[in-house]
Amino acid sequence: MTRILIQPVTRIEGHAKISIQLDQSGAVQSAKFHVVEFRGFEKLCEGRPFQEMPGLMSRVCGICPVSHVLASSKAGDMLLDVAIPPAAIKQRRLMNYAQVLQSHALSFFHLSSPDLLLGMDAPAADRNIFGLIKRDESFVRRGIRLRQFGQRVIEVVGGKRIHPGWSGPGGVHQRFTTERRDEILGWIPEATGSVLMALDRLKGLLDSFAVEVEHLGNFPSLFLGTVNEDGQLEYYDGTIRIVDGRGNAIAEGLDPKRYFTYLGEASEDDSFMKYPFYQPFGYPQGHYRVGPLARLNVAKSAGTPQADREMREFKQRGNGTVCASFHYHLARLIEMLHCVERIDELMADAELFGENIKAKASLNRREGVGSCEAPRGTLFHHYWVDGEGRMTNANLLIATAQNKQGMNLAVDQAARHFLKPGLNGDGFADGMLNRLEAAIRCYDPCLSCSTHALGQMPLVVELIGEDGTRRQIVRE
Amino acid sequence: MDHVKPKFATAWLGGCSGCHMSFLDLDERLIDLAGLVDICYSPILDVKEFPEVDIVLVEGAVANEDHLKEIRRIRQRSKVLIAFGDCAVTGNVTAMRNLFSIEDVLNRAYRENSLVVSGVPLENGIIPKLLDRVLRIQDVVTVDHFLPGCPPSPDAIHDFVVELLAGNTPTAQGRKFGS
Repeated sequence: MTRILIQPVTRIEGHAKISIQLDQSGAVQSAKFHVVEFRGFEKLCEGRPFQEMPGLMSRVCGICPVSHVLASSKAGDMLLDVAIPPAAIKQRRLMNYAQVLQSHALSFFHLSSPDLLLGMDAPAADRNIFGLIKRDESFVRRGIRLRQFGQRVIEVVGGKRIHPGWSGPGGVHQRFTTERRDEILGWIPEATGSVLMALDRLKGLLDSFAVEVEHLGNFPSLFLGTVNEDGQLEYYDGTIRIVDGRGNAIAEGLDPKRYFTYLGEASEDDSFMKYPFYQPFGYPQGHYRVGPLARLNVAKSAGTPQADREMREFKQRGNGTVCASFHYHLARLIEMLHCVERIDELMADAELFGENIKAKASLNRREGVGSCEAPRGTLFHHYWVDGEGRMTNANLLIATAQNKQGMNLAVDQAARHFLKPGLNGDGFADGMLNRLEAAIRCYDPCLSCSTHALGQMPLVVELIGEDGTRRQIVRE
Repeated sequence: MDHVKPKFATAWLGGCSGCHMSFLDLDERLIDLAGLVDICYSPILDVKEFPEVDIVLVEGAVANEDHLKEIRRIRQRSKVLIAFGDCAVTGNVTAMRNLFSIEDVLNRAYRENSLVVSGVPLENGIIPKLLDRVLRIQDVVTVDHFLPGCPPSPDAIHDFVVELLAGNTPTAQGRKFGS
C-alpha cells in the first residue's frame, strides 16, 4: 500500500483539517474533521488554588472568556457550597448575554457574512470583511458596532473586554452602579435596529442558498441545551433538555451539575477534540448538537417579545426540530435579538445594582461543577481539589467539542454533494472547497478553530484512495 | 501621488485568540486601518499562505511542529515582526504545560477524563506533533518588537501600529496593558 503525502505548504492559521475518503471510482466515501490544537488546561491547572481558576480558565478562549469565567466561578461556588447574592447572579447573567451577543456578532458579521453577501464563489481574495467594506460599508460598520456594544457592556461591568477578572467563587468582585446604566441603555435602539436589519438581510437571502440549506449538514440528531423552569431560553442557570430530530423530548429536567451521569466523552487518535455523547444511547450513536440551533430547538419559547416572534417563525422551518446546519446563522441572529432584549430588561432590575455581591465561605467540598450556555453551546467545568483547595484534576466539556460529530456529518454531507465523482482532486474549484469550510463555519467552532481560522482554516483537504493512498491538496 | 500601502499581517500560533479579539476591538478604527495599510494575511481573511509583508503581529507561543515551521516562514517573509501579547512574549499560559511531561498532559485529557478511549491523539500523520517544551517566539526567531498584555489593550495596539507606520520606534509606554 502506497501512502502519498503531499505536505501542505506550511500554514498555521488552520488549526483543523478535513480529510476525505474516496472509493474506487473516485467518488467521495466519507469525510472527517480534525482539530489540531492542544494546550492541556486539564493538567496545567494542577496544584493551583481553585480561586485562581476563573482567571486561568478564561484563557482557554479569547472569544468567549466570560463564559469560561462563569462556568469556573460556578464550579467555585459549589466548592464553597454557597448560594451567591442576587446582585452577583444578575451581573453574571448580564455579562453572559453581552458575551453571547458579541461573539455571535463576530461570527455573523466578521466571519460568515462575506460568504452570505459576496457569495460562496466570490474570489477568495475579496471574501472577507475588508472586501465587504468595499461593497457595503454601512453593513460592516453596523456589525462592528453591534459587537462593540457587547464588548462595551463587558468592559463597563467587568472592567476589561477580554479576560475580565471580575467574577470568582462566591460572587463578583465589584458593584455595578446606576451611573453606568445610561451608557448601556443608550445603545439599545441601535443594537435592536442592527439585529433586525441583519435578520431581514439573511431571510431575504435564504432562497438563493436553498442548496446549501439542504446539503451543508442537514440531518436529524439529538439536540441539547439549557432551559429555565418555563422551558424558555436560559443561559446562566437552568436544567438540561434533550430533544431528537423530530422534536420528541428524550430527557428533561437534567441537573447540569450531574452531567457526568448522562454525558460521556470518547477519545480517538485523529483529533485533539474529544467526542461527547449521551450515555443512554452509547457511543457514537449518542452524539448530539449544542449551540444556537440546539437551544432554539430545545426551548419552547424565548421569553422576550421580539425574539419570541422570530422563534415562532423559525420553528416552522423544521418538522419538530430545525435540523439544517445552515440555520445556525438564523438561530444566532434570533439569539442576538433576545440578548439585546434581556440586557435592556436587566437595566431596569434593581437587584442588579445591589451592594452585597459576594458570599464568603471557606472550602466545603472537594468536587465542584459549573455550567452555563456559552455562545457555541453548553459549557461544563468540573474541578477536584485537595483539602487545601489546590486543584488535583479538572475536566472541561467545551461547547464546540459537543458539535464535533455534527461538524463531521456536515462536512461529510457537503463533500458528498459538492465534490463530484470523477474529479481527480486537482480540479476542485475554490468555491466548492469554500462550501466545506462554510459547513464548518455554521457551527462557529471556537478556540483552535475559531477566528475565521476557518475561512482560513486548514483547508488541507486530504484525499484517501480506496487502496489507502493519500494525497493532500492545499487550497490556494 | 502614488502611495503603496505597507503590507500588514496578523498570525496566530498557540494561544487563545484573545489578542486577535483585542485587535478586532479597534472597532471602527479597523476601517480606518484598512485605509492605511494593505491587510493581506490574517485569520479573518481567506488567504492560505503567508505572503511577503512589511509588518506582522504574531499572537501565541510555539507549541507544536506546525507552529515551528510557520514562525520560521513568517520571519523569512516579514520585515518587522512583533511578538503580540504575553504568550508570544513570555510563553504565558500556553507554556504552563512545561511543568508537566507531554505524556502526562495528554493522558489527563484523553485517558483519565474519557469514558471511551479509542486512541490518544499523537503521531498519526494528520495532527502535528507537540513540542516537548512550549517556546517563546524569541526562542526560535529574532523578534523586532514586543507588545505585551493578556491581551494588549486595543488602545495599546492602535498606538503601537500608528507609531510604527509613522516610522517611529514604538515604546509600548504610556497606554500599557492593564490600563
